[in-house]
Amino acid sequence: MFTAGAESLLQQAREIQAEELRKFCSRVSKLLREEDLGPDAIDCLRRLFLIVSATKYNRRLDKTCVDLLQATLCLPACPEPLQVLCAAILREMSPSDSVTLSCDHTHNTRQLSLVASILLAQGDRREEVRTVAQHVLRALESRQPEGPSLRHLLPVMSKVMGLSPGALQEDQTTLLSKRLTDWLRYASVQQGLPHSGGFFSTSRARQPGPITEVDGAVATDFFTVLSTGHHFTEDQWLNVQAFSMLRAWLLHSGPEGPGAPDADDKSELEGSTLSVISATSTTGRLLPPRERLREVAFEYCQRLIEQSTRRALRKGDSDLQKACLVEAVLVLDVLCRQDPSFLYRTLSCLKALHGRLSGDPACVRVLLPLARFFLTHGEAAAVDSEAVYQHLFTRVPAELFHSPMLAFEFVQFCRDNLHLFGGNLSILTLSFPNLFKFLAWNSPALTAEFVALLPALVDASTAVEMLHALLDLPCLTAALDLQLRSWPAASERPLWDTSLRNPSCLEAFRDPQLQGLVQHLLRSKASGTTQRLAPLHQLLQPMASCARVAQCAEAVPTLLHAFFSAVTQVASGALTNQLVLLLLERSDSLYRVPQFEARVHRVLSAQFLALCKLKPSLVVELARDLLEFLGSVNDVHGRASMVTSVVWAIGEYLSVTYDRRCTVEQINKFFEALEALLFEVTQSRPSAALPQCPPQVVTVLMTTLTKLASRSQDLIPRCLGLGGLSPGASSPHGEEGTEAIRTRATELLNLLKMPSVAQFVLTPSPEVCSPRYHRDVNTALPLALRTVSRLVEKEAGLLPG
Amino acid sequence: MVHAFLIHTLRAPHAEDTGLCRVLYSCVFGAEKSPDDPRPHGAERDRLLRKEQILAVARQVESMCRLQLQASGRPPMDLQPQSSDEPVPLHEAPRGAFRLAAGDPFQEPRTVVWLGVLSLGFALVLDAHDNLLLAEGTLRLLARLLVDHLRLLAPGTNLLLRADRIEGILTRFLPHGQLLFLNDQFVQGLEKEFSAAWPR
Repeated sequence: MFTAGAESLLQQAREIQAEELRKFCSRVSKLLREEDLGPDAIDCLRRLFLIVSATKYNRRLDKTCVDLLQATLCLPACPEPLQVLCAAILREMSPSDSVTLSCDHTHNTRQLSLVASILLAQGDRREEVRTVAQHVLRALESRQPEGPSLRHLLPVMSKVMGLSPGALQEDQTTLLSKRLTDWLRYASVQQGLPHSGGFFSTSRARQPGPITEVDGAVATDFFTVLSTGHHFTEDQWLNVQAFSMLRAWLLHSGPEGPGAPDADDKSELEGSTLSVISATSTTGRLLPPRERLREVAFEYCQRLIEQSTRRALRKGDSDLQKACLVEAVLVLDVLCRQDPSFLYRTLSCLKALHGRLSGDPACVRVLLPLARFFLTHGEAAAVDSEAVYQHLFTRVPAELFHSPMLAFEFVQFCRDNLHLFGGNLSILTLSFPNLFKFLAWNSPALTAEFVALLPALVDASTAVEMLHALLDLPCLTAALDLQLRSWPAASERPLWDTSLRNPSCLEAFRDPQLQGLVQHLLRSKASGTTQRLAPLHQLLQPMASCARVAQCAEAVPTLLHAFFSAVTQVASGALTNQLVLLLLERSDSLYRVPQFEARVHRVLSAQFLALCKLKPSLVVELARDLLEFLGSVNDVHGRASMVTSVVWAIGEYLSVTYDRRCTVEQINKFFEALEALLFEVTQSRPSAALPQCPPQVVTVLMTTLTKLASRSQDLIPRCLGLGGLSPGASSPHGEEGTEAIRTRATELLNLLKMPSVAQFVLTPSPEVCSPRYHRDVNTALPLALRTVSRLVEKEAGLLPG
Repeated sequence: MVHAFLIHTLRAPHAEDTGLCRVLYSCVFGAEKSPDDPRPHGAERDRLLRKEQILAVARQVESMCRLQLQASGRPPMDLQPQSSDEPVPLHEAPRGAFRLAAGDPFQEPRTVVWLGVLSLGFALVLDAHDNLLLAEGTLRLLARLLVDHLRLLAPGTNLLLRADRIEGILTRFLPHGQLLFLNDQFVQGLEKEFSAAWPR
């Protein structure tokens, strides 16, 4: 479809030169001046539109050309294609100072609408929005039954309000409210006449007949957007438009004005009015205009809810019914916030609606605004919100995680209504496994949303479980894919990854032995326990190459960062220790998706250091586990970043300055473990199976050993002995790496020859450690080391022999 | 309310990076309020900003669509039409929504609803709290109308030089960005009106 021909056309339009453009403009001007505006003119204008719109840079069109475009737009009789093209070109040029249109030049409402679209695109530099608003209002106020069609104007009003709420004055708002009320409530219930022939056609012989409902029955009450007929009258069109803009209008003209705050502070008022106001509807005509509009809006919404129970004959109408339900609930929410006396009548209606819809998976998206309604007004009405959440958070995500639009709306619902959960936030925090299903399946679209939502989901009691869940997220994606294959087909097109037919693990997935683990992975609520899913990782290995799994795996590092920044706000000392142990354990036990392990290791090692910095004493508290970790490292290369971080942290924080409980035995034990690791790392020959470890691991080991030796001075001779491990000529680390290791070894050995200096340099007391020292060039550690090395060498040189 | 409607190219997933994502048509309904800018050429800068905002949305939609197609394992040929007689199955076309934070790239937070049909992406940029069901329905309707009335299935046609038809459809079905609750009969009525002004 987007052929090479089209690409070259676009290219030509973008690259047209100024001279050529000038010639083209004069041709256009010539054509527009003619009496008879034929297909040539339209063709030229189409090209001009492409030229103007194809580039993001400004196109200078001749003034005569622009003036002619404006004049043509405002001609009394002009074919529509020409009109819209002129308008489109002028709009594409905007904002522009050469546009001198004004609403006064227009002859009918269609032209006014087109001119308005151009003026509203100017960016409101010269109060265009207000001018347009005044003009349109004047046109709307004129009550001419056969006059120009008003349906071109109402959307302009709606746009004006959205752009500049203050453009209308009080009395104008009132007047428009009155007219909206008329259109919403008193539109004709007879079908319109077909537009055949002229005004004096003989179609009067056939009576049009009444409007019908979407299921074909004759309409029982006033006209709404769900009423159908073969032709429509003007006021029926206005009915449709009025409802389409109703919610925005109510919000704009409400007592609180635009951007109303929520009903939390109104709940008291609601409580008191409920007891006083009964269920009778108010006496219609005696209400002031705004209240009257609200009353009519309320009736309209109730009628829509009733009409949505009918079975529509056409698919398009059935989709519209659902959209109308959503809108009706949203409008009722606005009405109840503005006037609590509506609450009593609304609640019974909406509770019934909720009951009807909960069983219907096709209507699940309507449940979200319903839930929001109950959340907002539930307190005042003693609604059983538990039941509402139960269904919403337990069943919906588990069954419908695969629908991208529902997933998006659900997560938005959680994000936007956090403040409404109030004390009940545990409903949200305990449902995180279910919410993660949305994330696992739709990770590209929802990662950013979850990064924003995680701080609310993270809770000290579920943090450990959540970290496991995040690390297993790609595994969850794979499991959900297999689950979809196991379910009876819900739609024509399969929902799972169709590029992978009959994966071998599908049978094993249903194995009763593994069901415990599978059910744990696919649970809907936080269980409070954690299970090691390593057998599942192996089982689901064939799925690791799926695109969806890979996409999820890419998102995990970002989510981990968000998780850790949230959890450090609420973590106690004990929780921090638990998280550190989790990091160490899981770094070895991850679902093997390509590049996933490396990325996660990077994040985990960075977070490990961050946690140690927050709570340095954990190195001493978890000494035994850290020793175990060091002893169990088989493949140093594969876990290089983790090992580096752990070793560095030991060197940094295993001292009395950070925790008084640090004993000399602990230091000695760690020294032995690290010494053994250093031997292993430097003596082993790299092979194809075990690639060599990076030089950073060697240097950090050496540095840490030196630090420990400086704290427990009996170890110094042993440490000096390790100098023999310095790499020789045939080192596998490459020239740069070897050089770095050798230099560092020399520096450290030299430092150890002066124990008290070593202690000062390698274990500085907290006062010395204040940030300024690390930034101050004169006291930085590498500089100190180099200075000492040179001094020692010079001294050695001065000695005889 | 809809802030903008755009049509752009969708390159098949797995294709090498040949060319860029091109915006074929865009319509911004009303402008964001321009900041008070005493420097000269403020109007041109505003226009440049607007165009770049639209391009940013198009690129993001393209990558979302590509990722969705990859994840569902559909072959890249899926984006090409089977034959010009079959109606395009819009209910199964790739679609989705995502949110844009304030400042990135629009001043206010906005939501984008998108649909991928053949090798074109259609997208609506909405205010943050619009009725998404209605927006989705409207977008599907617009896509169907454009494919039908611009004969996009026939080989060799493109929409670059048919902006008048696109405008005609938009002024009726999405006037000034207003999402309309149109039942089937209303849609038919409007379509008839449109066909009268733009005979095939």
